Amino acid sequence: MLGIVDYKAGNQTSVRRALDHLGIPCVITYKADDLRSCSGIIFPGVGAAGQAMKILHARGLDQVMHNCVEQKIPILGICLGCQILLEYSEENDTPLLRIMKGSCKRFADTLHQEDGSPAPVPHMGWNTISIKSSAPPSPLLQDIPSNASFYFVHSYYVEPAPEFVIATTRYGHEFCSVYGKNGLWGVQFHPEKSGRPGLQLLKNFARFCQDRQGKGISDAE
Amino acid sequence: MLNKRIIVCLDVRNGILTKGIKFRGNQDIGDPVESARRYYEEGADEIVFYDITASAEARGIFLDVVERVAAEIFIPFSVGGGIASVSDMHQVLAAGAEKISLNSAAVKTPELIREGAREFGSQAVVVGMDVLNVPPSKKIPSGYEIVIHGGRLRCDLDAIAWAKECRDLGAGELCINSIDADGTKDGYSLDLTRTIADAVDIPVIASGGAGKPKHLLDVCTEGHASAALIASIVHYGQYTIRECKTYMAEHGAPVRLLW
Repeated sequence: MLGIVDYKAGNQTSVRRALDHLGIPCVITYKADDLRSCSGIIFPGVGAAGQAMKILHARGLDQVMHNCVEQKIPILGICLGCQILLEYSEENDTPLLRIMKGSCKRFADTLHQEDGSPAPVPHMGWNTISIKSSAPPSPLLQDIPSNASFYFVHSYYVEPAPEFVIATTRYGHEFCSVYGKNGLWGVQFHPEKSGRPGLQLLKNFARFCQDRQGKGISDAE
Repeated sequence: MLNKRIIVCLDVRNGILTKGIKFRGNQDIGDPVESARRYYEEGADEIVFYDITASAEARGIFLDVVERVAAEIFIPFSVGGGIASVSDMHQVLAAGAEKISLNSAAVKTPELIREGAREFGSQAVVVGMDVLNVPPSKKIPSGYEIVIHGGRLRCDLDAIAWAKECRDLGAGELCINSIDADGTKDGYSLDLTRTIADAVDIPVIASGGAGKPKHLLDVCTEGHASAALIASIVHYGQYTIRECKTYMAEHGAPVRLLW
């Protein structure tokens, strides 16, 4: 069972619909006990970092997320959810969950695309990812071609510690679109709205969670 | 590189897919959920549904269509037609759409754009505008006039000024439909699309006039559009989405080819 963290994120229902379609059991919840008994957690997100952190604090979810990390429950952050796993966001000068090393920055308003046309903020639409060749293959991106397109909607981008960067995307400049390690992952795009490659990514995450639970790692420590 | 988007437009009347030529003589052509799934599988980057029914009863049927679509397609889709309040917007977004498209209601009550953007974010608010070619005048200096009610009512509103106002009110995207080009299959209005795309810093979707893949390429290059809306060229089986995209890619436009 995957848990979708309920903190009123706009896309939580879309994530659930995609998992339903894939036949992956899931629950949308903010209850600590429910989340801590899940095999994996999807942390969705649309909107502003400051507002999201307020709701997380109000529901005690910041602590719950840290507990889940200690229990080695895999986490997948999506869009704003991927940003919130880091330490700090420029958006309203917001301290984040500090689950992963790194911060979030805003795209400059003066950027240009490769063809010279302006790159307005937000970065919205389908863009390709390029998987870092130096990175060991991530189970999250299994069976996803290196130049697949995903659907993005964001004004801020993540800068995790370099060793965590799995794939990058270009919009005005290169930025990290997939990061993480060992069952703690963030994707800047919306896999639930990215057609087959997006569904594949969700399937990969679910499989990883199932395998880890099967190995009993979530019971360790 | 950000891809140019191909958006398939589905007009829905009483829960059934239909397509009109120059806003007249709508003809029923199929099940919208089935069509949406087919276009999703064939590589559409986005789908837009316009509810062209008027009755409250048909509205319920339409929302049911939106919910069924949301359960079957996993790309963004937007909904337009009959949205005149924040609560209407909430209904279609809750049913699973990513974006709402305002048209006549935004002209009558521009504040709706601001309220929608505040409540749901700019990325969720598309303003659609129907534009008629007119002789340039003091009121309509660009020669492009906004019309509403399916093109029947002229508004004394210059399309360029209106586009900028929509952007300032918080619209995330503009969909520009040329009444003169619509249904002709002679190509999009390149000048209109470019003029508006250059006047605002938000994505512009071109609509009306697509007859062959070259038209899509032209409007996304010369016309400065971020996306091209298509309907009859795929509804009647004349071209597939893949044919359109392959043509665009062969001529250097960035498009999504893997799905």
